[in-house]
Amino acid sequence: MTPRLSPNAKTAGLASLLALAMVGLGFAAVPLYDLFCRVTGFGGTTQVYDERAAAAEPIVLTRTVSVRFDANVSPKLPWSFRPEHPRDTVSIGARDMAIFIAENHSPSPVKGTASFNVTPDAAGRYFTKIQCFCFTEQVLEPGQQMRMPVLFFVDPAIVDDPDARDIQEITLSYTFHPVDEGKKAS
Amino acid sequence: MTDIAATAPAHGHDHAHDDHDTPGFFVRWFMSTNHKDIGSLYLIFAIIAGIVGGVLSGMMRLELAEPGIQYLEGWAGILDPAATEVQGKHFWNVMITAHGLIMVFFMVMPAMIGGFGNWFVPLMIGAPDMAFPRMNNISFWLTSVAFVMLVGSMFVPGGSGLGAGTGWTVYAPLSTSGSAGPAVDMAIFSLHLAGAASILGAINFITTIFNMRAPGMTLHKMPLFVWSVLVTAFLLLLALPVLAAAITMLLTDRNFGTTFYDAAGGGDPVLYQHLFWFFGHPEVYIMILPGFGIVSQVISTFSRKPVFGYLGMAYAMVAIGVVGFIVWAHHMFTVGMSVNLKMYFTAATMVIAVPTGIKIFSWIATMWGGSMRFTTPMVWALGFIFMFTVGGVTGVVLANGGVDTALHDTYYVVAHFHYVLSLGAVFSLFAGFYYWFPKMSGRMYSEFLGQLHFWIFFIGVNVLFFPQHFLGQQGMPRRYPDYPDAYAFWHLVSSWGYVIMGVGVLIFFANILWSLVAGKKAADNPWGEGATTLEWTLSSPPPYHQFNELPRIA
Repeated sequence: MTPRLSPNAKTAGLASLLALAMVGLGFAAVPLYDLFCRVTGFGGTTQVYDERAAAAEPIVLTRTVSVRFDANVSPKLPWSFRPEHPRDTVSIGARDMAIFIAENHSPSPVKGTASFNVTPDAAGRYFTKIQCFCFTEQVLEPGQQMRMPVLFFVDPAIVDDPDARDIQEITLSYTFHPVDEGKKAS
Repeated sequence: MTDIAATAPAHGHDHAHDDHDTPGFFVRWFMSTNHKDIGSLYLIFAIIAGIVGGVLSGMMRLELAEPGIQYLEGWAGILDPAATEVQGKHFWNVMITAHGLIMVFFMVMPAMIGGFGNWFVPLMIGAPDMAFPRMNNISFWLTSVAFVMLVGSMFVPGGSGLGAGTGWTVYAPLSTSGSAGPAVDMAIFSLHLAGAASILGAINFITTIFNMRAPGMTLHKMPLFVWSVLVTAFLLLLALPVLAAAITMLLTDRNFGTTFYDAAGGGDPVLYQHLFWFFGHPEVYIMILPGFGIVSQVISTFSRKPVFGYLGMAYAMVAIGVVGFIVWAHHMFTVGMSVNLKMYFTAATMVIAVPTGIKIFSWIATMWGGSMRFTTPMVWALGFIFMFTVGGVTGVVLANGGVDTALHDTYYVVAHFHYVLSLGAVFSLFAGFYYWFPKMSGRMYSEFLGQLHFWIFFIGVNVLFFPQHFLGQQGMPRRYPDYPDAYAFWHLVSSWGYVIMGVGVLIFFANILWSLVAGKKAADNPWGEGATTLEWTLSSPPPYHQFNELPRIA
């Protein structure tokens, strides 16, 4: 037999539970926001190509879009990093490969990882990467230069989106950060 | 609100019965569990914090009075003899941060909820005290420690100088990788403590209001001030834990190597903004809703009429509270949102104008045909309606995603939120203070000084804040200590407005001192037949313990 709670204790208990639930919701926002961005392409989050759809014949439109490549390095990383060509014109739906060149200027091997984004933000859900150096961590030996490919296409569905169909130019931007072994991705 | 015919026990009996168990000074004021004493402590605390926050804003207006940087280096040099221009500019950031946090967490909230809420919620619902008197004590002292922590953070290193210079929003990455040193940690910890205190207070109010109403006091007979505190308590309970989560992640990002808000490790600084404003928008209603309640009581009393549309007024506050949780991203229209998302947040924000309009029009309808008396509390309440409406109109302008892209982080926004808070919330605080001062102290304030305080303060704050609309429309960004000559004229006007307002505040303090020493003894109900709520059935000041026999509400 549990002792019966006084009405005050009951109300206070329920109110405390509500507050605790909101704390939980606050922390749950981290994975939920990540998921939300991946699904909707919110804030220029790019899409990763689904392997199951790979078998389907790609639809290529005659319309083209210009893609600019932007490369940045965190001040904490002793690398240089640049695209091989600053810009490319691709047919919507057609696969294209861009090469980025990174070089380690420090006397020791360094591990880096790239964060990425496209602008305009509305293009995020249509910019699909099939293969990218940004999916994994990269290690460069001292003085080593590495050519890093990214294979992508612009989803033809972009021409049906009233917010995105007028986009003439998409900028794909990367920033290389050092991998701090002490820090883990959240 | 329905008239309340209460049968309170005779006062003489209460006095005779209770005076002998009034504790000594230390126990009474430092270990207090009495809702009226804790309410008084909160009010004194809020006044002290208001002085600190107000002096900070005076220093900012002094620096902004003319273009160029005149004083910052010298001020920074007081604490750090090696201070250069960099430390001076950092001190500017410290001042804007401390001013915002102090005014929000340690002036308006303690005064509204801790002060008037503690004093008058139990009295108005006919309860002997709060549901959890000891928890009430913990709330107050946690708030005090939080304030000490925040003020203390101004004296320890925080990156490019002493103190936390992050703005009250504590945005990452400035607050994480941008501010080395313990100052920001201290400020975050201060917010944790203040938040915990407010959550405990909210639980206390909810329990008190749900369980301790006098017989016959149904929810739909509660005075509107009690309704406003009830809605506020729920907002606190739902919003503050999210802030706690958000700033806890800031702390771990700063100290324990997590990357919740750091893109280098897969995090996103914009997530912090979403979490902060999910708390931050309800927070502005937390600050203003009790003010709505106070103004409703005052307008009804001095129009000698029940409030027009009582149920509409109560549920308008509930509606404002609910809608307040789904509009947060209008604070961050410039982070890169799709057109559809901006349209949603614009529309949802504008919807809030509907219940707010219901309240404004109901106050006017309450006065309509009433026998109005322009006493000091009433003129403050009328001033509140005017100021809040001006701030509400500029709020509707800013709600537009397209317009806000141009006005975001300009002085137009500064003018807007000072009209609703610095003027709206503060005017309602003064209305409540003058309205209940006779009840709390047992003495009447000086009507002449009260009126003088109102008019000087009213002119001062309008001279202070109205020109900031012009500055903002011309593109003056907020949080800057320096500006081009083109902005000099209106900045100077604004600074003179601060001086006028400061004179008004001095008159307020003179009035308190004069009234406490030489004020006339206040009657149980100094306001006459318009004052129908239960606190006016008690003596002035009320006995140490009231309602030993619960009043019955007809």
